[in-house]
Amino acid sequence: MIGTNSHSKPKTNKDLADVSRKMRGEIVEMSHTADAMHLGSSLSCVDIFVALYFGGCLNIDPKNASAPTRDRVLLSKGHASMTLYKILAEKGFFPRDLLKTFNKIGSRLTEHPNMGALPGVEATAGSLGHGLSVGLGMALASRIRNLPYKVFVIMSDGECNEGSVWEAAMLAPAQKTDNLVVIIDYNRWQATGRSEEIMALNPLKEKWESFGWSAYDVNGHDIDSLIKILSAVPDGSGKPIAIIAHTIKGKGVSFMEDDNNWHYRIPNAEEVKKAKGELKVL
Amino acid sequence: MRSAFAQEITNLASSDDRIIVLSGDIGNQMFDDYQEKFPSRFINCGIAEANMVSMAAGLAIGGMRPFIYTFTAFDTARCFEQIRVDLCYQNLPVVIIGLGGGLTYAPLGPTHYNCEDIAIMRSLPNMTVLCPGDAVEVRCSLRESLNQKGPIYIRIGKKNEPLVHKGPVDFHIGKAITCKKGDAVCIITTGTILPNALKASEILDRKNISTQVVHFHTVKPLDLTALSTIFSQFDLVITLEEHSLIGGLGSAVAEWYVDNSERSVQLLRLGTRDEFLYTTISHNEARDYYGLSPEKISESIEKAVF
Repeated sequence: MIGTNSHSKPKTNKDLADVSRKMRGEIVEMSHTADAMHLGSSLSCVDIFVALYFGGCLNIDPKNASAPTRDRVLLSKGHASMTLYKILAEKGFFPRDLLKTFNKIGSRLTEHPNMGALPGVEATAGSLGHGLSVGLGMALASRIRNLPYKVFVIMSDGECNEGSVWEAAMLAPAQKTDNLVVIIDYNRWQATGRSEEIMALNPLKEKWESFGWSAYDVNGHDIDSLIKILSAVPDGSGKPIAIIAHTIKGKGVSFMEDDNNWHYRIPNAEEVKKAKGELKVL
Repeated sequence: MRSAFAQEITNLASSDDRIIVLSGDIGNQMFDDYQEKFPSRFINCGIAEANMVSMAAGLAIGGMRPFIYTFTAFDTARCFEQIRVDLCYQNLPVVIIGLGGGLTYAPLGPTHYNCEDIAIMRSLPNMTVLCPGDAVEVRCSLRESLNQKGPIYIRIGKKNEPLVHKGPVDFHIGKAITCKKGDAVCIITTGTILPNALKASEILDRKNISTQVVHFHTVKPLDLTALSTIFSQFDLVITLEEHSLIGGLGSAVAEWYVDNSERSVQLLRLGTRDEFLYTTISHNEARDYYGLSPEKISESIEKAVF
């Protein structure tokens, strides 16, 4: 596994770690203010987003959000929309002020994201098991139209329950779409239990490898290690890439970490204060 | 109809490089010519319809015009949720070709024939539903589909369906075609059962029941102007479809009638009963079983007249 060598601490760029920390604080606040669920799932994928958007892994320009050759990022685990909205605002795709409307009546920042509602939201999500197939279609369009871009799909481990994921998993290697990357936010929980117990999920990396993917295990909170893999796409294997990002649900807040109650629970004002204190973003 | 699809899509693809055909592992040899000409724009997606539909959405977002092709039982019912979310909610220009609409594949049983597709497809916002009546209309549907901005479902038959239109036809999505004039009763029909409607109307004509036949190749959106005219002219209107009486053309017309008609008109709905077939049967026998042969259609209408 990359980035979990017990002899040396991961060398995360301090600035990026700061971005992650601040984002987590604001996401906790968003969940409270907007009365939105799925906080644990939103916190587990923060570092993945930071690595992608701030680690120089993407060819994107917020000023030209619909450029035909831009790289595409699809949040397939649409319930983590807070993290997507937050990173897009941080990156300048739309004004930060808009985040205040999240989940409010009439807002474009819906609990599950809609394609085209905001610059940078590349596909509709919310129903699990769609994003990889949609991403595969985009990756094929890139090849057919001779527009060189990469497609990054962020899925959850629970999402791997869906049969359609494995339909796409079998077709992508047959089509040799080496510009397609799936990142699995492997936080080991789904809505009501351990993802490795509800279905026989493991061995996950080997599953993807046996389906014909170039698969990597990585510490999903080690931004440098994530950047290392994400910036080397295609990886020369001629295969699509699967990144199993080992993460902690509720990462960054001690009383939320690995506690699945925070899949649905919404923090109260006191819990927000406590969480932000831990994150040093008061 | 399937050959008409293969030929016409090959013609269209030569002048429109956005076209891509996605097959659910059917159409052996049918697409040889197409594949030879456009190898990069044909993908056999395997027996995996859910992925095929979502992938088509991704291709459409990426600027392509995908045509999905497999049995209608598999590219409507099986992947309904993918159609709903990825094609309809996102309102993308993807065309679903449903092969073997109605009882076409009755010999293969209820796993392969499909009398519920119109009902479920027309229930989806942004979806256009077309049921061409012959090979000429299949070609027209394909050409017209390229001008649409959202998803389209095109229900076709299989092979050797009788040709209704002997020459060019004035075909526009959402515009019904009057195939035969009459002044006593009017049959509103859709899709491959159209030839039976015409045969039934001839039987009725011989019995001095002058019968008009109007083809609603577009079930959604309905041609409201044509409906208003028909319901103001006729006292008996018949809907005829090779589809369940639940949710198809007959339901759509009845819904319109309840909401809009200004006068009392007798409406007779002919279609398949709410019942699966459990024994081996031919296409024509299955039509007859559900009262959709020309003879049975004319009998039902005659009963309603007298």
